[in-house]
Amino acid sequence: MIPMPDRILPAPEPNPETKPYWDAAAEGRLLIRRCAACGRAHHYPRALCPFCFSDRTEWQTASGNGTLYSFSVMQRAPVPYAIAYVTLDEGPSMMSNLVDCDFDTIHIGMKLKAVFKPTEGGLKLAMFTPA
Amino acid sequence: MTIRGKAYIAGAFEHPLRKAPEKSVAQLHAECAKGALVDAGLSKDDVDGYFCAGDAPGMGPLSMADYMNLRLRHVDSTDTGGSSYLVHVAHAAEGIALGKCSVALITLAGRPRSEGMATGTAPRPGNPAQPDIQFEYPYGPTIVNMYAMCAMRHMYQYGTTSEQLAWIKVAASHHAQYNPNAMLRDVVTVKEVLDSPIVASPLHRLDCCVISDGGGALVVVAPEVMKSLRRPRVKLLGAGEAPKGQFGGDVDLTFSGARWSGPRAFAEAGVAPADIQYASIYDSFTITVLMQIEDLGFCEKGQGGRFVADGNLISGTGRLPFNTDGGGLCNNHPANRGGMTKVIEAVRQLRGEAHPAVQVKNCALALAQGTGGSLGTRHGSATLILERE
Ligand SMILES: [Zn+2]
Repeated sequence: MIPMPDRILPAPEPNPETKPYWDAAAEGRLLIRRCAACGRAHHYPRALCPFCFSDRTEWQTASGNGTLYSFSVMQRAPVPYAIAYVTLDEGPSMMSNLVDCDFDTIHIGMKLKAVFKPTEGGLKLAMFTPA
Repeated sequence: MTIRGKAYIAGAFEHPLRKAPEKSVAQLHAECAKGALVDAGLSKDDVDGYFCAGDAPGMGPLSMADYMNLRLRHVDSTDTGGSSYLVHVAHAAEGIALGKCSVALITLAGRPRSEGMATGTAPRPGNPAQPDIQFEYPYGPTIVNMYAMCAMRHMYQYGTTSEQLAWIKVAASHHAQYNPNAMLRDVVTVKEVLDSPIVASPLHRLDCCVISDGGGALVVVAPEVMKSLRRPRVKLLGAGEAPKGQFGGDVDLTFSGARWSGPRAFAEAGVAPADIQYASIYDSFTITVLMQIEDLGFCEKGQGGRFVADGNLISGTGRLPFNTDGGGLCNNHPANRGGMTKVIEAVRQLRGEAHPAVQVKNCALALAQGTGGSLGTRHGSATLILERE
C-alpha cells in the first residue's frame, strides 16, 4: 500500500433529530433507525419511517458489518479517496468511505466492517474496511 | 385531461457564447429570452407566463420578471436540477391547457466556467438543513464520483464496459464537429476516451460533459397563438416526470427516474420507443445516457452497452441519432444544467433546422429526456415527446 497523507474530513452538523447518531458514532457505535410499526430499518435516520410514515422509530446499534454495493476512487482530489455505498447486514445501504486498504483490491460484493475516523470538529464518521 | 396537443414550442434559442465573463447572469437570461421570442416571432409583451429554476438569480421568477419587466399571470419555479426545463415545458402546457397563460417563456443561464467552478470534482457543502447532507457531505460526494458509482454498479451487474461507454462520447463528438459554437469540435476515438485520465473510477475525463457559460430559452404557446405564427409547428404530444431517491436505504444505482417518466410520456403521446426518430438524451456523463436509453425502453435493461456501441447513436448511420448538437459532452452544458439544450436540439430536428450533416431525414417525432440532481443520490427525471405537425 502506498502511504498517503490523511484526508481532512469536514465535520457533520447534527440536529435534534440526529444527535444520538453522532453521539454514538463518537463512541464507536453505528446506529440505524428501525420502525416498531413495520419492522424495517432505514438510513439516513429519520423520526418518521420512510416506509410506513409511523413515528414509532427507534435507534438500534448496528453490527457494523456490511457488503460493498458500489464504489468509486476519486482520483482527481488532493488526496484520492474511495467513496462507496455499503449495504449493512441490517438491510439499508449507506454512503461511506473505504479506508485502510489498497484501493486496487476493492471489489463490489466484498465483506466490510465499520471503523470510525475523526473529523475536523472531533465528531467521528463511520467508514468501512475489508472484514 | 391531457396536455396532448394542447401546446406548441414556438421559439427556441441557445446562447452562442460558451464563456461569458463580461456578462451578468440576469443579462444572459434576458438575452436568451429575447432570442427565443425573436425566433418565435413574438414580443416581450406577449409573454404572460414565465418559468425558471435555481439558476435564476435572486428570487427566481420575481427577480427575473422584474429585470425583464414582464407582466405575468402565471409563474412556476420548479427546480429539478438540469431536468427543470423539460418539466417547465410540461407545466407550461398544463397552464396553457387550463387557460392560465398562452405565451410561456422558459429561461436558463449561468456562468460556471467564468466563475471557475469545480462543478464535478469538489464536494458541495449545501445547506445544513438539507436532511441528507450530514450523512453524505463529510464522505466527499462529488458530481463525478456519484455517477461513477452508478457506472461501477452497472458494469458489475450487467457487464457494461468502458469501451461501450466511450462510444457515447465518440458519437457526440461526431455531431459536434459540425457545430461552430460547440466547445469541443474534435472527433475523438474510443481509445482517446479510454486514454484520458480517470477522474473518478471508472469514469475518464472524456466521459464527462463540458463546463460552460451561456444559456437558452423556449417559448411555449397555445394552439391559437401558434396558428398566427410563421414558424414550423412543434407540438407537445406527451410528458412525464418522476423524482428518484435512495428509497430509505434501498439504494439501486442501476436505473434512473426515466424508468417512470418515460412510460408516462409515451402513454400520453400514444407512441412507442421504436417510433422515435431522434432523441435528445441528458448527457452529464456517458453513463447518464446509457442508463436513460435503457430506462426509456430503447433497449432491454442491461443491454445499453451493446446498444450504444459501434456508432449506433451517430446520425445517418446509427439506429438512434442522439444529441446532434454535440450535447453536453461536446457542445454546451450551460449553468451545469443540460435540459434546456436537449429541448432546443429536438426542436431544431423537428423543424429541419439542425446542421445538414446531422439532420434526421423527415424528422417528425422526437424525444427529449432530462435528469437533474445526481443519479447517485437523488434526481428528477423528465421526458417530453414532440411532433412536427
Ligand atoms: Zn415503518
